[in-house]
Amino acid sequence: MRRREFLIIPAASLGGTLLYTLAGEPFRLQAQTARKDGTVKVPLRFFTAQQARAVAAACERIFPGDDAGPGATEAAVVIFIDRQLAGPYGRDKYRYTRGPWVQSVPEHGYQGKENPQEIYRQGIQDLGDFASLPVDQQDQKLKAIERTRFFQLLRTHTIEGMFSDPMHGGNAGLIGWQLVGFPGPQMSYRDEIDQHFGQPWRPKPASLEQITGRPGKPWEDEQG
Amino acid sequence: MTNLKPVDVAIIGGGWTGLLMAKEITARTSHSVAVFERGVPRKTADYASTMDELDYNIRLRMMQNTAEETITHRHSLKDLAVPVRQHGSFHPGTGVGGAGEHWGGASFRFLPDLFTLRTHLIQKHGAAKLPEDLAVQDWGVTYDELEPLYWKSEQLMGISGKAGNLRGSKIDGGNVFEGPRQQEYPTPPLKRSYASSMFEDAVRKLGYHPYPTPAANLSEAYKNPDGITRAGCAYCGHCQRYGCMIGAKAQPTNTLMPVLAKRVNFQLRTGSWVRRIVHKDGRATGIQFTDSTGEEFFQPAATVVLASFTLNNTRLLALSKIGTIYDPVARKGTLGRNLTHQVGVGTRVFFEKPLNAFMGAGELGTRISDFDGDIAFTGSENGLLRLGMIAVSSTGDSPIGSFGIMPRGASKSNWGSDWKKASLKWKDHSAGIGMSGEHLAYRQNYMDLDPTYTDKFGDPLLRFTLDWTEHEFKQREFAAQIQARIAREMGATFDAGPPARAPYNVINYQSTHIQGGAIMGSSPENSVVNRYLQHWNIPNLFVIGASAFPQNAAQNPTLTAMALTYMSSDAVIGRYFKHPEQLI
Repeated sequence: MRRREFLIIPAASLGGTLLYTLAGEPFRLQAQTARKDGTVKVPLRFFTAQQARAVAAACERIFPGDDAGPGATEAAVVIFIDRQLAGPYGRDKYRYTRGPWVQSVPEHGYQGKENPQEIYRQGIQDLGDFASLPVDQQDQKLKAIERTRFFQLLRTHTIEGMFSDPMHGGNAGLIGWQLVGFPGPQMSYRDEIDQHFGQPWRPKPASLEQITGRPGKPWEDEQG
Repeated sequence: MTNLKPVDVAIIGGGWTGLLMAKEITARTSHSVAVFERGVPRKTADYASTMDELDYNIRLRMMQNTAEETITHRHSLKDLAVPVRQHGSFHPGTGVGGAGEHWGGASFRFLPDLFTLRTHLIQKHGAAKLPEDLAVQDWGVTYDELEPLYWKSEQLMGISGKAGNLRGSKIDGGNVFEGPRQQEYPTPPLKRSYASSMFEDAVRKLGYHPYPTPAANLSEAYKNPDGITRAGCAYCGHCQRYGCMIGAKAQPTNTLMPVLAKRVNFQLRTGSWVRRIVHKDGRATGIQFTDSTGEEFFQPAATVVLASFTLNNTRLLALSKIGTIYDPVARKGTLGRNLTHQVGVGTRVFFEKPLNAFMGAGELGTRISDFDGDIAFTGSENGLLRLGMIAVSSTGDSPIGSFGIMPRGASKSNWGSDWKKASLKWKDHSAGIGMSGEHLAYRQNYMDLDPTYTDKFGDPLLRFTLDWTEHEFKQREFAAQIQARIAREMGATFDAGPPARAPYNVINYQSTHIQGGAIMGSSPENSVVNRYLQHWNIPNLFVIGASAFPQNAAQNPTLTAMALTYMSSDAVIGRYFKHPEQLI
């Protein structure tokens, strides 16, 4: 069993979202677990606290909070990525991983042996002390690795963490869905589909749990 | 290996075709029927909690687990095939209902001339004008024979749509280019979205003939001839790659299972991975399968129906050493030949106004068939033999998948503040005009067993040898020009230019319409099964599904696979059970 690591983040950034703890535990961290200094200790499943800080800083450069709206930090994207990597996806439980491993043409996609966990471990190590760099140096560093598998995953996961259901750990307080005007998995638009032509129609977002009245079963919580 | 009590009929695969065969046999005979499905049980009540883009639309939680089994692909005989390590260009389903659970619901009939395509092309162009490597064939069945069976399939699912050719009279608003129908659709068309209504206005002005996509998404509550009642579509936008939480999209679990569950002569065995069809002296004796605990079983059966996905139909025949694998050089053997996919091209169009595109249904759309088949072509002088349909569909934009769609050059980088701002600016301001085209069969595109890579049991994977040819590039270039014309008429901006002439890729989703491998035809020399989908060499084995299609249509395959299953089940029940020998 790995030593438990925590990421300490401002409680305000989590809004009203619910944070799931280690895989399968029904226990949920809520806003009331905020500490006196206004922070929340989020248990990490895959990253060390130091790794999480580097990834969080990189995600913030990929999807920055700016005058156009909130970004990866406010959405708690790093928590999302931490859980994806710890789950079956991070361990390649659903990817074909038998050899021989050969490099092929680009039309055959990623043929590497390394799973997302391994790619992140190496990629974070290569980033060095990323979190303490000034932002222009952070950007330069990311620019230099733009074409790597690690960066491509990081970019993809940042978008996923911004806009996936909050049960996965990101999109805190539905901040991502508010940003793009996505109402969540609403049950019916039967009376709306042929209305509002040419006009923005933006119902208030709700999460899967808020809509169905029961907690979701995110794949990353799958055991084994 | 444990021997089980014999059954009359063992069916491999619990998707649309296998369960339809089971429904027909158990309704009309007292034969015992057992269906073997390697995936998990599924039901409508499971689906409300699965409306999650990440797990279902992106991580593809309903699909086959590629860690256990996948295919390999190479572009030509001289290349080394490598595994498709994660799903990409198509999405094989698993579990009860198979891909019929996560499909979009498009439910077309094929054009009448597709069933006699070889004859048709020779008549139109002369044999000398056809590409030397063209392998298209006549099916051995005609549209007129299938028409009543198409109607049965449409009634079963309650297909929503509007007829364009009712007993020969052309009706504006329907597809006037379709084959004659005897009946109007069971339910009216779905409502129209903003994007599809803009497309409709534009193509009308251009003189084309728009019609609503016929869909297994019900437009209103419907009771089918089996007494199964389903609700009308809620346009929730979680349809393709999801199961329907209210049963509005016809799926095997909401349409066939409720009927089958009451049948005493029916059993469904999930978690049962069929490894071989066992045969001796020209007859199948049963099937061998491994259950989810790893225990192996032999199920004796008087008749075996192979009804899994196209890929596994071919693979299981090959693993069971039934038939001769096709050799594209010697042009001998039949198993694995005529592998086809679908030819597509899209033009992304951008609008000033927002579309509220998060609303939608699996097959909510408007399309034209003015360029379908060879309707628009007088000769082959432009090198084009066949094309397809052009449409705008509103399937429900999801927030992850649609983020970052913007006109070419709208942002220099694909990350950072400028990119984020451009992404937000164009969010919900775009739609896709898509072409779904016929994929002709060629001698060099086929399936066999991979010599190197294996599944979790150590059995060889299926190998695809498949690439695009000059004809498909021409199809895309022609369709892109039509799409540009429509885009301009819609008042949209779009990225102009011909589509890339790129090789087949296994990464980007194209469609789950994989056909061929165990094709039907007029003789054992040119096909694996006869017109009743009965194996030419093993009379008590039927191989059903899109594996039987000698070539692909522009249209989605499910409805035709269903009609052929009705044809097969009628022959099995009406003739074969009385005299279990070759039907032809």
